[in-house]
Amino acid sequence: MANGLMVFIEQFEGKIANVSLELISKGRELADQLGVSLEAAAVGYEMEEELKLLGHYGCDKVYYIDNEELEFFLSLPYADAVSHIIKKYAPQIVLFGATTTGRDIAPRIASELRCGLTADCTDLQIGEFTLKGETYKDKLLQIRPAFGGNIIATIVSPDSMPSMATVRSGVMKMVNPDKNKKVEIVEEAYTPKDDLFLSEILEVIKIEKSVDLTSARIIVSAGMGAANPDSIKLVAELASVLGGVVGASRPVVDSGLLKKEHQVGQTGTTVRPNLYIACGISGQIQHRAGMNESKRIIAINNDPEAPIFNIAHYGIVGDINDILTKMIAAYKNKV
Amino acid sequence: MGLNILVTVKQVPDTHNIKGDTMKEDGTVNRAALNAIFNPEDMNALEEGLKIKETLGGRLSVLTMGPPRAVEVLKDSIFRGADEGVLLSDKRFAGADTLATSYALQAAIRKMGQFDIILSGRQAIDGDTAQVGPQIAEKLGLNQLTFVSEVVEVTNSFITVKRSIENGIEIVKAGYPVLLTVTDEANEPRPASVKKVMAYKNLTTKKDPSPAPAVNDKGVITHIKEWDADTIGADVSLCGLSGSPTKVKEIESVVLTAGDTKMVGADKEAIDALIHELTEEYIIG
Repeated sequence: MANGLMVFIEQFEGKIANVSLELISKGRELADQLGVSLEAAAVGYEMEEELKLLGHYGCDKVYYIDNEELEFFLSLPYADAVSHIIKKYAPQIVLFGATTTGRDIAPRIASELRCGLTADCTDLQIGEFTLKGETYKDKLLQIRPAFGGNIIATIVSPDSMPSMATVRSGVMKMVNPDKNKKVEIVEEAYTPKDDLFLSEILEVIKIEKSVDLTSARIIVSAGMGAANPDSIKLVAELASVLGGVVGASRPVVDSGLLKKEHQVGQTGTTVRPNLYIACGISGQIQHRAGMNESKRIIAINNDPEAPIFNIAHYGIVGDINDILTKMIAAYKNKV
Repeated sequence: MGLNILVTVKQVPDTHNIKGDTMKEDGTVNRAALNAIFNPEDMNALEEGLKIKETLGGRLSVLTMGPPRAVEVLKDSIFRGADEGVLLSDKRFAGADTLATSYALQAAIRKMGQFDIILSGRQAIDGDTAQVGPQIAEKLGLNQLTFVSEVVEVTNSFITVKRSIENGIEIVKAGYPVLLTVTDEANEPRPASVKKVMAYKNLTTKKDPSPAPAVNDKGVITHIKEWDADTIGADVSLCGLSGSPTKVKEIESVVLTAGDTKMVGADKEAIDALIHELTEEYIIG
């Protein structure tokens, strides 16, 4: 059987991160296309029970390094441990969450193994690639916005073994778990060398995100056309009456009107709510990349040429504050 | 005494201020229509380096890789307080992905000397990869502290920082040598010093392969050093396009296809009807 597809399993306090389950879900699809096994690399302490979850999402086998010293994430020991698994089992593809953990160790591992690494992919496919007359079959096509999001590039690492990519949380869909499916857990004998422990974690301050965009069903988002206190207030009010949360485009966050945790888009949070109301958002690709899979999109803008209208299901052209006020009233008065 | 500090910086197209004429009709980016700017988070890295130098003394060098005009970011760094600039420029570096870039940069760093702290911005706004910093650290065998949002304490033997992580903030302490990648939360970069601008505005590059400081006996910076692949003894097969495992299969400009958008009037009746429709379809409750 050809070399497998591997997913790095990220954990915090022994609990598997959602992004890893999303990647297992997507990885299953890609592994089936390639006809290879779906494997995982996990590093942590006393995680045997938790790792069973991977099976429910379609993972065949997890290589697990269990070590008390590796209970908490540290760049060097984790990079070395994951690299040990990759070197031993030689997967053809390795996927990481584009989180602060994945983006910390994936480049280090790619540098050591001298393999290609593509950051923040918004889609992954299996396909063909031709370079200088040579055709490579069954390659990982890594699709990502580049150049500030004004272009979409398809990147391939044709000779790279493995080919590595990171994907943001919320980009891939998590499949419905099947509790009857089991994963084979293979414990790896590995002890990190002492000279890898060069950092000391003094404290971890957990911050519950006060804005949970990822699981929000309704998001009302403000763009530069609503970048004033009055409009922001109306955006927040509409979000509140609809039971949704407030989102924002990057320029609005940069302007300081809303905090970073509200930011939707390529450099913010990727969302797929049932309803996305874009208020005064022109619809640059950086933003659209983070919300274009919303089930319904309402675009409100005073510029009828705004690109956001091209992906919206409903478009309203006019004064933002006036329209928001009417929407709030319409909802409150509905029978 | 003091620390030997290096900041790696990059000149980038101002991708955050894309205007209509930036995209060509064939869908490619018209780079000439974009201003070249100092990568914003590299400016935060420079500021953090300057603060450390002010606290403990020492020397701060700045390194960039790019075309000849990238010398602007080195001069800009010197205007803000850097002691030295090295421009790594060679056509053979063109088309480098992050792996080939980090290879060339680490070779230059090895030539420049030993550093206690290397700082870089978390990511550059043209690629947004955040990969080059950790890759340099790996190639130099250094410890790394990524996503640094605050330097809490810095002494001659260790540094303590706050890292922004997924679930909150982590406070980490590390000894030297160490590489830090800095986010825009870390500080507010200082403006250029008028005095330094006056002193160094005519500074030019010179092909000077010496790692020794380019200063005269009064301590005044005499030139910016320009190095190429040969100066740093780089294996050119590991540089540029040939040293890059990632290849671009295709580039698509983001031209939107017109969807079947239903236009709704801005009047009360139309908006009432829309809210009614969404409620009927259980989109809103």
